[in-house]
Amino acid sequence: MRVDLVLRNWPLFAEGVWITLQLTLIAVAVGFAIALPAGLARARRAPFWEPVLGAYVYLFRGTPLLAQTFLIYYGLAQFGWIRSSWAWTFLRDPWWCAAIAFSLNSGAYATEIVRGAVATTPKGELEAAAALGLSPRQSTWLVLVPSALRRALPQYGNEVIFMLHGSAVASVITLRDILGAGRTLNAKFYLAYEGFLTAALLYMAITFLLVWLFRRLENRYLRHLGAAR
Amino acid sequence: MEHLLTYLPLLARGWLVTVALAVVSLLLATLLGALGAAGRASRAPLARGAVLVYSTIIRGVPDLVLVLLIYFGGQRFLNTILGALGAPTVDLSPFVAGVIAIGFIYGAYLTETFRGAFLAVPRAQIEAASALGLRRWPLFRHVLLPQIIRAALPGYGNTWQVLVKSTAVVSVIGLRDLVGFASDAGKTTREPFIFFSAVLAGYLLITWGSTRILAILERRAERGYAHAR
Repeated sequence: MRVDLVLRNWPLFAEGVWITLQLTLIAVAVGFAIALPAGLARARRAPFWEPVLGAYVYLFRGTPLLAQTFLIYYGLAQFGWIRSSWAWTFLRDPWWCAAIAFSLNSGAYATEIVRGAVATTPKGELEAAAALGLSPRQSTWLVLVPSALRRALPQYGNEVIFMLHGSAVASVITLRDILGAGRTLNAKFYLAYEGFLTAALLYMAITFLLVWLFRRLENRYLRHLGAAR
Repeated sequence: MEHLLTYLPLLARGWLVTVALAVVSLLLATLLGALGAAGRASRAPLARGAVLVYSTIIRGVPDLVLVLLIYFGGQRFLNTILGALGAPTVDLSPFVAGVIAIGFIYGAYLTETFRGAFLAVPRAQIEAASALGLRRWPLFRHVLLPQIIRAALPGYGNTWQVLVKSTAVVSVIGLRDLVGFASDAGKTTREPFIFFSAVLAGYLLITWGSTRILAILERRAERGYAHAR
């Protein structure tokens, strides 16, 4: 075990942690921006959107993130008209391809989380809102959404951790995220496992940090449900 | 498109490798999950502690990292031990490394599924069975197991669906599965988009087929129970 090599190359891993965090946060943020309207629409079975959103969710939840990332990074380059369009500036860049693939993936999983939370909102909450004279729009944004998002918190925490772990796929399309740093270290010094082991420990540390963070958020926002731990 | 037809037999072979990897990994995961659940239920603090460490570590590390760690690090580790014993060295194949990694990961998840299912059986039934003179094995086989299967099936099905998608990362260590063959074919024909689309279709086929089979199994496990709906 060459701990000295790992320690001497710490900037490599620091940069890796930064890239992993970037990709995870962007995926979760864009995913949420997709999931909030999409989840609401699915919960209400919006006539036109239902088949479109249903297909989106089924496709992205039913296939591996690795294959989705490959389709966007390697697949889109097949078409000349994409390569000659303005979008090529982004689509030739592995960072953007990873960000797009991860965002769409996280959006699909999060849509189902939001849909579930909205669908299980107690009817009484909306009846109370109507009785207080809130318009449908007001009762959606002031009552339904805040209530549903709070209850979605535990599952959302799992989704963030799932995305953190999924983001390791970025290293396969040449990005130097945490796992990419580990692979670089191994290749540079002909090591078998030191880089991977360091990567594993870093992912574990971030996972525990996220678990702790979400537990605090749950304690704060789910206290009224008596679920505080 | 005609390229796709030419390569279809190759893709079908890759698809079968993917299915085989998933099924063998599931068998290992089921075994580990059963052992883990038995460990959690045991009165020995050492067994409980070992299972807790196992599932905590596994849940903190991405599947891709574990696959690489086992393939490269495991090989070194194994051969160091074999070398010290004077035995000849062995090569870990990507398939075997994949089965070990995926099996270990989902064994940790199944531990929780099986534990929950075991706890769902009313304790009084165990007391009643032993009062009737059933020994340990008949009690497990005829009283506990049928009810554990019924309670565990939905969670087991979910784990399987996630496991199938997880197998895609084994292509990174060179396994010629669906993703591996499609990557090669996409490079050779310069039509990566078509071939990665075929990969997504191949996984959707597994997901869709599993949903159908699981529905049948769940109906079977539910027979003999009255339903409100």
